[in-house]
Amino acid sequence: MLILDCPCCGVRGEETEFHSGGEAHLKRFGPGSSDDDFHGYLFEKVNPKGVHFERWRHVNGCGKWFHAARCTMTLEVFGTYSAQTLEPPQEIKDKITAKRPGWSWREFS
Amino acid sequence: MSNAAVSALNGATVQGFARVEEMGLQGMITLRGDLASAKVKNAVKEATGQDVPALRSLNTGDKGAVAWMSPDELLIMVDYAGVTDTLALIEAALSGEHFLAVNVSDARAMFRVSGSAAGVRETLAKLCPVDMTPGAFEPGMFRRTRMAQIPAAIWMPDAETVQIVCFRSVAEYTFNLLRDAVAEGGEVGLFS
Repeated sequence: MLILDCPCCGVRGEETEFHSGGEAHLKRFGPGSSDDDFHGYLFEKVNPKGVHFERWRHVNGCGKWFHAARCTMTLEVFGTYSAQTLEPPQEIKDKITAKRPGWSWREFS
Repeated sequence: MSNAAVSALNGATVQGFARVEEMGLQGMITLRGDLASAKVKNAVKEATGQDVPALRSLNTGDKGAVAWMSPDELLIMVDYAGVTDTLALIEAALSGEHFLAVNVSDARAMFRVSGSAAGVRETLAKLCPVDMTPGAFEPGMFRRTRMAQIPAAIWMPDAETVQIVCFRSVAEYTFNLLRDAVAEGGEVGLFS
């Protein structure tokens, strides 16, 4: 079971109070993009063993979206951060580096 | 057919090791907007006599109560009969501001669980993934959470009472959950 801290309302809650929103930091390709880009946006998701970034929503609480960095193998949550960002904040990256030296995820490391 | 408003369960009660009651018609207004703005603070003050509550807390007074729902949402609780007037007051106070104020009184149900301090805490601890230990959850706090399979919000008016707000459509489900949770013989004794 994941224990998540909602960065919007400060609640430390367990997984069932939240809802997963899939992979984080997707670059969206919409009308006008190439078929390959659109296909990639829709279907090419990573499924790593280890460090992963996801979007979550505090569905049974404040209702807000946020980001979470966690380990898919140990279910350890490295941290949660605002949804209003295009990449993980340095603070979160540092926390992951301290625990998983040499990690990388898509273009982040 | 009568037009008289009736609450979801018309004041149903059940007595176990704690008492559960549906609280009848309660006036509730959802207010969304920038909670830091002076106009919103002023409108809340006019409507309830209270300040905008801090994160996950609730301010209560004679005129009404106001609870923190999310970073941009408050729940204003007043007399059922006074909702229309309060709503007009808020709308006047916030004219020109980007906001939303809606009367949700008939879309919500409110319950009260009362009894011993340990009993009411245990009742909620059975149903919600919330730390109900004294000290972790105290009067003045307001917590939106999950109650079995439905969203609910809980707070403690005093040490021996918990109040719950949920959607009206799931009022019966909520009542049945609480009825089972307070059933005699079902005491766990977690907090006693």
